[in-house]
Amino acid sequence: MTGRYLLRRLLAAVGVLWAAFTVSFVVLYLLPGDPVATMASGGLDGEPLPPEQLDALRARYGLDQPVLVQYGQRLLAALTGDFGTSIQNGQDVRSAILEALPPTLQISAAGLAVAVLFGGSVALVATYTRAFWLRQLLMALPSLAVSLPVFWVGLMLVQVFAFGLGLLPSVGANGPAALVLPAVTLGLPTGALLAQVLAKSLSHALGEPYVTTARAKGVGRASVHLRHALRNAALPALTVFGYIVGNLIAGSVVVETVFTRPGLGRLTVAAVGVQDIPVVQGVVVFAAAVFVLVNLAVDLIYPLLDPRIGVTS
Amino acid sequence: MPRPLASWLVAAVVLLSACGSTPTASTADPGVPQPGGTLRFAVSSDQGCVDPQQVGSNDTIFSLRQVVDSLTDQDPAGGELRPWLATSWESNADASSYTFTLREGVTFSDGTPLDAAAVKANFDAVQNLGARGTLPKGYLAGYVGTTVESPTRLTVAFDRPNVQFLQGTSTHSLGILSPATVARSDDDRCASVVGSGPFVIESYTRDESIVLAKRAGYAWGSSLWRSQGEAQLDRIEFRIVPESGVRVGSLASGEVDAIGNIAQQDEALLTAAGAQLLGRPNPGIPFGITFNQASPLGADPAVREAVSLAIDRAEVVATVYTSQTKPATSPLASTTPGYADQSALLPFDPARAGSVLDAAGWLPGPDGIRARNGTPLTVELTWYANSPANRAAVELIQQQVRKVGIDLQLREKPISENTPTLQSGQYVANWGNTTRADPDILRSTYSTAGNNYYRLPSGPLDEVLAQQAAQPDEAARAATVAQAQQLLVREHQTIPVVELTTVLGVAADVHGVAFDASSRIQLHDTWKVQP
Repeated sequence: MTGRYLLRRLLAAVGVLWAAFTVSFVVLYLLPGDPVATMASGGLDGEPLPPEQLDALRARYGLDQPVLVQYGQRLLAALTGDFGTSIQNGQDVRSAILEALPPTLQISAAGLAVAVLFGGSVALVATYTRAFWLRQLLMALPSLAVSLPVFWVGLMLVQVFAFGLGLLPSVGANGPAALVLPAVTLGLPTGALLAQVLAKSLSHALGEPYVTTARAKGVGRASVHLRHALRNAALPALTVFGYIVGNLIAGSVVVETVFTRPGLGRLTVAAVGVQDIPVVQGVVVFAAAVFVLVNLAVDLIYPLLDPRIGVTS
Repeated sequence: MPRPLASWLVAAVVLLSACGSTPTASTADPGVPQPGGTLRFAVSSDQGCVDPQQVGSNDTIFSLRQVVDSLTDQDPAGGELRPWLATSWESNADASSYTFTLREGVTFSDGTPLDAAAVKANFDAVQNLGARGTLPKGYLAGYVGTTVESPTRLTVAFDRPNVQFLQGTSTHSLGILSPATVARSDDDRCASVVGSGPFVIESYTRDESIVLAKRAGYAWGSSLWRSQGEAQLDRIEFRIVPESGVRVGSLASGEVDAIGNIAQQDEALLTAAGAQLLGRPNPGIPFGITFNQASPLGADPAVREAVSLAIDRAEVVATVYTSQTKPATSPLASTTPGYADQSALLPFDPARAGSVLDAAGWLPGPDGIRARNGTPLTVELTWYANSPANRAAVELIQQQVRKVGIDLQLREKPISENTPTLQSGQYVANWGNTTRADPDILRSTYSTAGNNYYRLPSGPLDEVLAQQAAQPDEAARAATVAQAQQLLVREHQTIPVVELTTVLGVAADVHGVAFDASSRIQLHDTWKVQP
């Protein structure tokens, strides 16, 4: 691990963030439409404002400046962590994101727990069992779970467990019971991905010489599986952790909509709908930052966990 | 996200689960209102603002209408204005100034009195509202100022005749807020407001809920209500539930007591679950097609007439809309004061549509599409996804006009592009509507002195529209408004198709949910059967 490596990684991270900022800016500006007019019409069927009033409002929000000037101003402000205020409701973008973060973190953590439990057990049982049919069945589960649309899974769970059986609340974010269905919805596809990676690397590890050695020494099957093979097989699973975090953030958009939970996903959907440029940009840059940081952390921790791997510049 | 598919799947599952339950009969005689309890109401969106003077979305108005009182109330039955905060009012001869006498003893929930000075503070502050203040600004167009003559008497003056202002005073947009509230900035007001209404805002969580609590000691209700005293319900929880399948399931399973935004496919399901379906057409401009008359096709009266004749409004309503929906019979919806039935001028007659086009030189080509001098009769219709039924409606109309040789091309745009599209004139025909319980909406929509988004040529219609805006006498104004409606339909300046109807699903044990004149709801008299 060298300082130069770290510096290169940090520069790359900054590059990614700048790209996220710029791409989101360009996309939002290329979208035809007018956030001020949207706001004035109340998003519905209100009477239209006269053009001169609309122009005055655009000036008030700085939307009448040339695009490059607006870009420069926003970029400079963003460097100081200021993403401006929402056009729709005047709330500071940074505080809007911070406000929406805890419920999303909660649901992501619960979803991750479900994913690890579900994915881990499927992979372990599938590689441990001697029953051919069970192994085949379990190995088929992940690809099935990955291909199910998240919103459909969510709606089905609501129909069965909330409306049908009345066991769990269908909407809202009150108490741990309200966390169950969204966590399962979010955790299933992620867990399936984890199961695929883990099962593959477990099968690979079980063929390694040290496993043969352990078996020859008379170590039990379960012990070999859990203590020897799993420890090594878990490392490749760690590499997809960054991807999983991205999945959880993306999944929160759907899950928060279906289960009516507040959070980053809902904030994003609402802001995109009314072209609230500062809010969308803030969320995009924030999500990119999380993604970059998680990947950086994984890359830095990896060598510590697996001494066989070194960071090479 | 393929929503239609999702809603069908959900509908199928709910239907299956609903088949097993026995529907509870809606009580024919609700009996004596029982006070207490919490009404749980699911709506689909949150506008992100709880200031009634700054919202235009029905989902949000449903809750905020309960928080403020207005000077007047409008009778949904006939459109007349009735006393609320104001016990009486009169206007000068040319309707450019109005004097109100206020009720005594009214207070805001922060304890300050609601007097003439408070009303003046509200009307003065409207002038400084930003983009979200479109509605109240429109009602106060030409505002000169308010003079306070005594704590219970005030005069509002305009620089021009402004008859529609009086109806404006009955809306949530001119609901009176405490002077401390209107002194704050637009954005601050969006976070919390203090009113004098039968309910106060207990909490607001963005994108999650607006919770209202009964105002103790309330005693100045509208003269149209069952009682002027405190509300029946202790609390009302408005939950924001964007997914329609979840809203319907919540009502069917008893998790909530009422839901907004019912679609046609939800009706059977909710009826099977024993829910009541309450509907009322929105007043104002019904959904319909209006041409841009600066475009060659829009300027051709034969094309406009043929499109109107080729649309089978009854089929559109039966196929796409909820059972309470009516076809449009005028440029105004039937619930608008001053509405005059023009259905004689809006027949479905494809044969006549064909002969009108033949006479104008639009002749059928080999593929059935008509053409004139090599130009095909291809009309581009711009529409927006602001109402769930829009897509199915315009697609059906496309098939209907195709039968007479008109090629309707559909162009969907996000609702944020509605105003810019109309403003720029980059369109041929537009599908839209506007909710307003006053016929003056015709003037702001079709007068060439206004925005004139449809590029109408100036003509006798302008004069008629200006005339009604300055007629304080109701009968005389209604006659003028009827004339305007006839002119609009006769010249096919707009092609009304269907009246947007607000339909709510309400549990069987909830009574007294009332629609106001704007087809929004008043929950003061609402009560729940208590266990």
